[in-house]
Amino acid sequence: MTAVDLPRNHLATRRSSLDLVLRARELGIVLALAALVAVTTISNPRFLSGQSIRDILLGTAILAVLAVGQAVVVITRNIDLSVGSVLGLSAFTVGTLLRDHPGLPVIGALLIGAAVGGVCGAVNGVLVRYGNVPALVVTLGTLYVVRGITYFWAGGQQINADELPGGFLDFGNATLLGIPYLVLIALLVLVITGVVLRSYRVGRELYAMGSSPQAARLAGISVGRRTIGAFGVSGALAGLAGVLFAARFGTIDAAAGTGYELNVVAAVVVGGVAVFGGSGSVWGAALGALLLTTIGSSLAVLEINQFWQQAIVGGLILLAIGADRLVAARVAATLKKRGSHVH
Amino acid sequence: MGEAPLLRLREVSKSFGAVAAVQNVSLDLYGGEAHALVGENGAGKSTLVKLLAGVHRPDSGTVELDGNPVELNGPADAKAAGIAVIYQEPTLFPDLSVAENIAMGRPPLGRFKTVDRTAMIRQAGELFKRLGVSIDPNRPARGLSIADQQLVEIAKALSAQARVVVMDEPTAALTGVEVERLFAVARSLRDDGAALVFISHRFEEITALCERVTIMRDGKHVSTDLLSEISVDEMVRRMVGRELGALFPKQQVDPGAVVLSVDGLSRDPVFADVSFEVRAGEIVALAGLVGSGRSEVVQSIFGVDPRDAGTVKVLGKTLKPGSPRQAMAAGVALVPEDRRQQGLLMELSIERNVTLPRSRALSQLGFLTGSSERRSAKEWTERLKTKYARLSDEVGTLSGGNQQKVVLAKWLSMAPKLLIVDEPTRGIDVGTKAEVHRLMSSLAAEGVAVLMVSSELPEVLGMADRVLVMREGRLVAELDRDRATEESVMFAAMGQEVSL
Repeated sequence: MTAVDLPRNHLATRRSSLDLVLRARELGIVLALAALVAVTTISNPRFLSGQSIRDILLGTAILAVLAVGQAVVVITRNIDLSVGSVLGLSAFTVGTLLRDHPGLPVIGALLIGAAVGGVCGAVNGVLVRYGNVPALVVTLGTLYVVRGITYFWAGGQQINADELPGGFLDFGNATLLGIPYLVLIALLVLVITGVVLRSYRVGRELYAMGSSPQAARLAGISVGRRTIGAFGVSGALAGLAGVLFAARFGTIDAAAGTGYELNVVAAVVVGGVAVFGGSGSVWGAALGALLLTTIGSSLAVLEINQFWQQAIVGGLILLAIGADRLVAARVAATLKKRGSHVH
Repeated sequence: MGEAPLLRLREVSKSFGAVAAVQNVSLDLYGGEAHALVGENGAGKSTLVKLLAGVHRPDSGTVELDGNPVELNGPADAKAAGIAVIYQEPTLFPDLSVAENIAMGRPPLGRFKTVDRTAMIRQAGELFKRLGVSIDPNRPARGLSIADQQLVEIAKALSAQARVVVMDEPTAALTGVEVERLFAVARSLRDDGAALVFISHRFEEITALCERVTIMRDGKHVSTDLLSEISVDEMVRRMVGRELGALFPKQQVDPGAVVLSVDGLSRDPVFADVSFEVRAGEIVALAGLVGSGRSEVVQSIFGVDPRDAGTVKVLGKTLKPGSPRQAMAAGVALVPEDRRQQGLLMELSIERNVTLPRSRALSQLGFLTGSSERRSAKEWTERLKTKYARLSDEVGTLSGGNQQKVVLAKWLSMAPKLLIVDEPTRGIDVGTKAEVHRLMSSLAAEGVAVLMVSSELPEVLGMADRVLVMREGRLVAELDRDRATEESVMFAAMGQEVSL
């Protein structure tokens, strides 16, 4: 405990280097993305054609909406595995409604989808909160339950593009100033969630809960309500993604979105959201979604066997977790040195 | 003190199941005064703190603030009432910045109700300035020393404008300089009119900081006095004053050859330079406060925990550090403190648990045969009078006392030369306790050397031939059976002179 104060500029440089380390995560994804695009484009210039970029962006939009919701849950030290099934249920609900009531406006479809998902998410949250069961188990259960309900309801039937109103399908393809509506919606979701998490009390409390559940309770945060809220958001966004899915593909059966949950979790983890909660951002999660989608297209363009895609995604997850551990160790070492000093 | 108390507890009680943790305790706290709360481990201090913190709700009784009854239904209520609690283990959010930790719950809001980070950091800076410390408000809480974390907790209390500040053993993990700094801060809080509650096992700290002291024992209020009117001797007497029952059938045994010899055992920073011997037929107790390093010493002897320096010899044979297998081969058995975590496999059957350490010896051609397992398990569980329906029942279905017997059976079936027991009777009923004691005594009579870690003074005094007292990682006293009294052990454990 020395009485020596560090020179101000010394402290400042240390701080900025620390911030750089913390920000390096998002930077790393951007660099990986740039390298991937560069290599693919050199090999096949058509990779940067309008259609190809459009496909990547549309795919990313749906995955990113799911990833943003998932990030909200993971930040609170939980996980939501039911998002793929919720997407399926929402897509099928909205598809059926639109087939039977072609006059339903697009905004109505979006709200209904989000509401269906929100209810599923709230159920998850209530089970986690009051059942005192880990989220992994609860949402694994609802993954099957929700999918089962969708299969039961749909029977073997499928909703085809020609049964859906033209206005809805146009919404899936139309653009505003050259940007597809789906991408705009995803950006809107991203920005709103990002700002709430970063700058609003509710958002900061979600980080606090994930960082130390016990301390959160002692700090007087209503942990139960926030948990249910986080799952509600994840569910609602999965429901919204279901509507986007329906608009993009036009063909919906009971299997829509099967297996999406793992892509979503992968995007979140690659995007630098800590699986033990308390840190990470939705921006990272969205970048993760963009990277994973780009890898998919890029491998197709490079004519690499698509089975490799899974191995590459797996490798990326391990790399991301490894990088996290490394960064955490570095940061811890830096912080240890910066104790307090008596004036 | 002519004025009315700031906070008043009236006859509060709190039970957990059949255990009455706090019974009819009344306490008056005055602004501008530091109030010490003392008592043995398990006297109910921590439960009382949790009642004040709103973590637990009292079963009966009331809490009054400024003469008005208040309901503390959760930590948020206590916070709103101006009660701040600083726990022994600080409760911070490691991923969030120090400033955010302080502001959590009531952050300063700016435009559009967003959290105003600039104001938050400025406020944290002002608080640290007032406390006379320089912690960077921008840094994450992760990696702060315990002392700094406690200062952040105090800053939290200041920012909430707490009028009642409760500190639950805040100095346990601090060095001398850090304690001084904490006390300076505590005094200035008190001088600004806050009511301070200070829990500590160190009398020199209590007398240095507090004006008044309340003594608790077995969940009950014993006395409240001005510190100027009560001696340390009297406090200790009131803390421990209870009858020694006939629970302790220790037979007189002439000690034999040295079985365990420990020389200069150290493990930074938990304990240092611990040396002692245990002879055949002897029961030696390792006493001291929770956290004084007793369990760590025995774990290090057994090889579960590493050691930095020193030697351990069993019957003249030096044990390698970090090798429980070798310790077992040399005839050492350790019955750990937490049987659920370390002693038993709850899902396995009673017989499997009993025979686990010897599964190799009992197997034939590498296969465990059910019959040899059953025979051995039956012998030992009968000797210990364990109550169970079938040997094939899961251990988890037994009562706590019977589980403890299964743990003992497991190790005794190895015929150890040295038996180490850590809190052998924690959480078991009086009858079973007596049986466990009788068993330890008869083992000693058979020539087994017994080393016992215990926080229960009556058990220590009733069972041990010699009492070793640890304090803050060091062996501070060795007391023979006739010199060991409740007072002398407590004095040594708390760092006072042994006055006999």
